Amino acid sequence: MTVAKLFRHETILAILTVIAMIVLASLSDKFFTLDNLLNQGRLMAEVGLISLAMTFVIVTGGIDLSVGSILGLTAILLGVFWHNVGLPLPAAILLAMVCGTFAGWVNGLIITRFSVPPLIATLATLALYRGLAEGISEARSVRGYPEWFFFFGQGEVLGVPFQLWVMGIATLIAAAILGLTPFGRATYAIGANEVAARFSGIRVDATKLWIYTASGFCAALAAVIFVSRVTTTRSDMGTGLELDAITAVVLGGTSIFGGRGTIIGTALGLILIQALKNGLALSGVKGDGTIVVIGLVLIGAILVGALFDRNRGG
Amino acid sequence: MTAAALSPGRSNLHRFLSGYGQEIVVLLSIVALFVVVGAINHRFLSDTNINSIFAGNAYIAIAAIGMSMVIIAGHIDVSVGALIGVIATIAGTLAVSGYPIWVAWTVPILFAIAVNAGVGTLVAYTRIPSIVVTLGMLSILKGGLISATAGEWISNLPPEFMIAQMRPFGIPSAVWFMVALTIIASLFLRYTDFGRSIYAVGGNMEAARAAGINPERTVIGVFALHGLFAGIAGILFATQLQVIQSTVPPNLELTVITASVIGGVSILGGTGTVIGSTLAAILFACIGSALIFLNVSAYWLRAVLGLMILATVLADMARRRRAK
Repeated sequence: MTVAKLFRHETILAILTVIAMIVLASLSDKFFTLDNLLNQGRLMAEVGLISLAMTFVIVTGGIDLSVGSILGLTAILLGVFWHNVGLPLPAAILLAMVCGTFAGWVNGLIITRFSVPPLIATLATLALYRGLAEGISEARSVRGYPEWFFFFGQGEVLGVPFQLWVMGIATLIAAAILGLTPFGRATYAIGANEVAARFSGIRVDATKLWIYTASGFCAALAAVIFVSRVTTTRSDMGTGLELDAITAVVLGGTSIFGGRGTIIGTALGLILIQALKNGLALSGVKGDGTIVVIGLVLIGAILVGALFDRNRGG
Repeated sequence: MTAAALSPGRSNLHRFLSGYGQEIVVLLSIVALFVVVGAINHRFLSDTNINSIFAGNAYIAIAAIGMSMVIIAGHIDVSVGALIGVIATIAGTLAVSGYPIWVAWTVPILFAIAVNAGVGTLVAYTRIPSIVVTLGMLSILKGGLISATAGEWISNLPPEFMIAQMRPFGIPSAVWFMVALTIIASLFLRYTDFGRSIYAVGGNMEAARAAGINPERTVIGVFALHGLFAGIAGILFATQLQVIQSTVPPNLELTVITASVIGGVSILGGTGTVIGSTLAAILFACIGSALIFLNVSAYWLRAVLGLMILATVLADMARRRRAK
């Protein structure tokens, strides 16, 4: 596959994003202001971090439906460790993130060791992790975090929201790993043909285990930022986030069958979705109307992708 | 129904037991639950509680029948909860707007069949995985429902509309529906050409095609049928309480999928029965109720469900490995 082909979808997507931005800017004069764009970046970071790991997951031909629940569980544990157990907040944050990462590792273990299809494994843990969050919290929220904690979700560095920096750096790291390293090539190889990858000496199970663990870690990191941004923990946090992440990844040109996809595509997908959400809201479409648009965009994007594949004779 | 059920040269009883292994396990679990929880708290066995377990959850079992067919065919539908919410709202709106009751019952069901036939067509002809199509459908239905109703409840429903509350021969009509539809669907899956083609397509699509089955048509048909069952489930859901909340019932799709899987429908497609999924739906309802009677906080219900799916799936995979 040549570079030109690989970038075709991304190019179309970039043009689409620019068109969407121009249209949205003409619909509302508030859209194309620095304040609004930075604020949208703030809102994008949580889904964004999860989408980066989700890109790896989907490139291997897998899926992770449990990320929203891992986010909720991590958020609840953070609150419980700090408020109920009485740990110092930094320790509570670290410990909660370890638990979230562990939850991702458990997904990987179920998928690799027991050969459970990822869709089913993570559907089960979606229920399990959310259930643990609900059971542990008993629907009570934790508030009253110290002021310094709000930096992660509300602070700025050099005028840019803190989490946008995190998101930017994470995007670069993810793009480098997927595009330039043997690990990235193994990820593509597994998605293209798992059996062939195994026979070529690629450590398929270890690679997948790393990827699902990373997915848990990203969800846990997003949880900390989320809690810091909204200043409270609730057990229903992150519900449905997996759909947003999968939409961004698939919209970004990653094949749901695995083997194909890029981090740049995912980043563009994220920006397009966030721009649509924000722009439509500013032009007076109510919040729930935008969900419809995103559903339509998702199906439309995959439909177009499937037609392209067919024309290529694939 | 597993491959073992079809293999010759075994005694009828053994064949029956191995063919319905999962169903029997679920049935025994229900019985054990009633005995144990009933012994601890007699009120668990009271008429009102048993009534609420069966009648209140029949719509889940009915939706699980359609879901089982979809999963047997090798697909999945994560939008069924949203669809049921939409159906209930359409039915309620029609009923309070003065349309004849039969219109309020049938139009939403036709709508559900049409929506799912559309999903099936996309899945069958574009080869987009059903999980993605139904994820998109979930957003569309959920967003559409909330923007159309603004979350307003529908009340003052006409009494003759409330089909789920009717009690022919002293048994709630929802239970009649559940039993009748389970039997009809079982017979349909086992003894009709179309029913058997569902297993064939889920087991091996190319082999099914080679055997003269049109897999695309089968997939569309399965999704349309799933729409029919979801439609009936939606009407029962709409008519069991005095108000319709115009929202998507939380976790409904998960509960429905779980019922199918625990009832013995292999998530890899090709095997399973709807008797199993109905029994599993009843088992969940019993567990949910038992937790309350055992003074376990209802907040743990979902964690228990999650553990159960996980355990069942792991057991399914282990059994497959042994079978190899």
